[in-house]
Amino acid sequence: MATGGLKPALIRRSAGEIGSSIEEIFRREAGRVLATLIRLLGDFDLAEEAQQDAFAAALEQWPMRGMPDNPRAWLISTGRNRAIDRIRREVFFRENIVPRELAETNEEAEIDPSEAIFGDDALRLIFTCCHPALNDEAQIALTLREVCGLSTQAVARAFLVSEETMAQRLVRAKKKIRDAGIPYETPHPSVLDQRIEGVLAVVYGVFTEGYAATAGSRLIDVELCAEAIRLGRLLDSLLPKNSAVMGLLALMLLHDARHSARVTDGGDVILLDNQDRSRWDQGEIAEGLLLVDKSLGAGCQVSPYAVQAAIAALHVRAVDRQATDWPQIIGLYEVLLRLQPTPVIELNHAVAVSMVDGAERALNLVDSLAARGDVTQYHLLHAARGRFLEQLGRLEDARDAYGAALKTAALEPERRFLASRIAGL
Amino acid sequence: MNYLLMIYNNEAETAAMNEDSRKKMMAEYTEFTKSIVQSGHFKAGDRLRPVSTASTVRVRNGKAAIADGPFAETREQLGGYYLIDAKSLDEATAIAGRIPGARYGSIEVRPIWPPVA
Repeated sequence: MATGGLKPALIRRSAGEIGSSIEEIFRREAGRVLATLIRLLGDFDLAEEAQQDAFAAALEQWPMRGMPDNPRAWLISTGRNRAIDRIRREVFFRENIVPRELAETNEEAEIDPSEAIFGDDALRLIFTCCHPALNDEAQIALTLREVCGLSTQAVARAFLVSEETMAQRLVRAKKKIRDAGIPYETPHPSVLDQRIEGVLAVVYGVFTEGYAATAGSRLIDVELCAEAIRLGRLLDSLLPKNSAVMGLLALMLLHDARHSARVTDGGDVILLDNQDRSRWDQGEIAEGLLLVDKSLGAGCQVSPYAVQAAIAALHVRAVDRQATDWPQIIGLYEVLLRLQPTPVIELNHAVAVSMVDGAERALNLVDSLAARGDVTQYHLLHAARGRFLEQLGRLEDARDAYGAALKTAALEPERRFLASRIAGL
Repeated sequence: MNYLLMIYNNEAETAAMNEDSRKKMMAEYTEFTKSIVQSGHFKAGDRLRPVSTASTVRVRNGKAAIADGPFAETREQLGGYYLIDAKSLDEATAIAGRIPGARYGSIEVRPIWPPVA
């Protein structure tokens, strides 16, 4: 066998131990195995079946015969052979003969298990799943299903749709890839940066979906955050020293580090000021801070993700609210507003301004933002107005603003939080 | 793989163009067409007369009904097309992006069914 074959395990392990390490390998290798199978077989569906066949064969053979030296190469070559068997069977039934061509491709071609080749395939798969010709939802769903290897059921749960609906969505997306001729390749250098932006938007979309599920009672869906960080790490290893990739990974790590401190056991919101900082994940924070520095120092055009990560870094570095470097945060928001002028960033800028220049000036900023329209449905704007008005002692106006926020807030924990602000006036 | 690149523009805007701009645009189209003929992507391409010259045919119960123009009032109208052979959607969209009309209107890129065997 070209892949080094099977070797009986030297150390006897219990079936349970082998079982869980096989699970681990499947989890780690799913995306990469699929990525290479798609290239070898030239078809998404065929590659998915081949991957399933290979995993089934591994579950059957590994506990008895031991782990192969290179599980990834074993899974790929087994998957490819099973797929060729499958094609041959289908052709045989149709034509009752085995075409010569296929018989020849069955010869054990060398499968190069080097990181470089697998890296290329993994990137091809990511760029295909995040192709701008697919709609945003399809891009996120395909990425979770094909790159992260989540089950259709798990992806459906993340989107709050039925498994059937999600399965149809995935089928439609794969059909478009095939029928429209979306290529399985890394984009041309002339559009590479733009396409990386698209991929990062998908990864950040997965993260924010997990960080604040758009509806429902729980504020944090840790699984999606972990998947997004896994994707970020994968991208960072495949596209090293990219400012935007490092910036996004840093941003996600610095937010995720605080996730367990951000809500109470009962699922209620805890503001940054009141968070128990000993519950922050120091490992993630250290990694995030290092990446922020690398991202800002990458020497190319600074990415909005890097600026957002730098802001998160200043929050994390400060011991408490008084010690936070608010003037620098205001400066960073001003940089961000030039790169990406959005109402959300304007609002965050106003909140930072309130910390330095007081609630009066911040209220003016938010009112001018509201006057430009388009954000009246945005509950955070009303919540911020409420807070500024409360600080200014205009309690009646504050009550109205919190009430407006409550009307448009969708998440239960945020609604409870707003209700408690009104009660506390 | 064959793709149809459909060029949508606002006819009123095109009609309101001054003579110099019109000449410049035609020269750009000639240049572009020449370039995709040379690169081997070009299969066909034409400019359509305005929607005011269009007729619509429907056959119902074996009877053909002919009417003036398309029904829908849209901001942009189909003004021309190219039929190209490209190796992937990325190549097709890159070519579509070079069509002069892409800077004013939009180009719809549609893969073509292979002929039925």
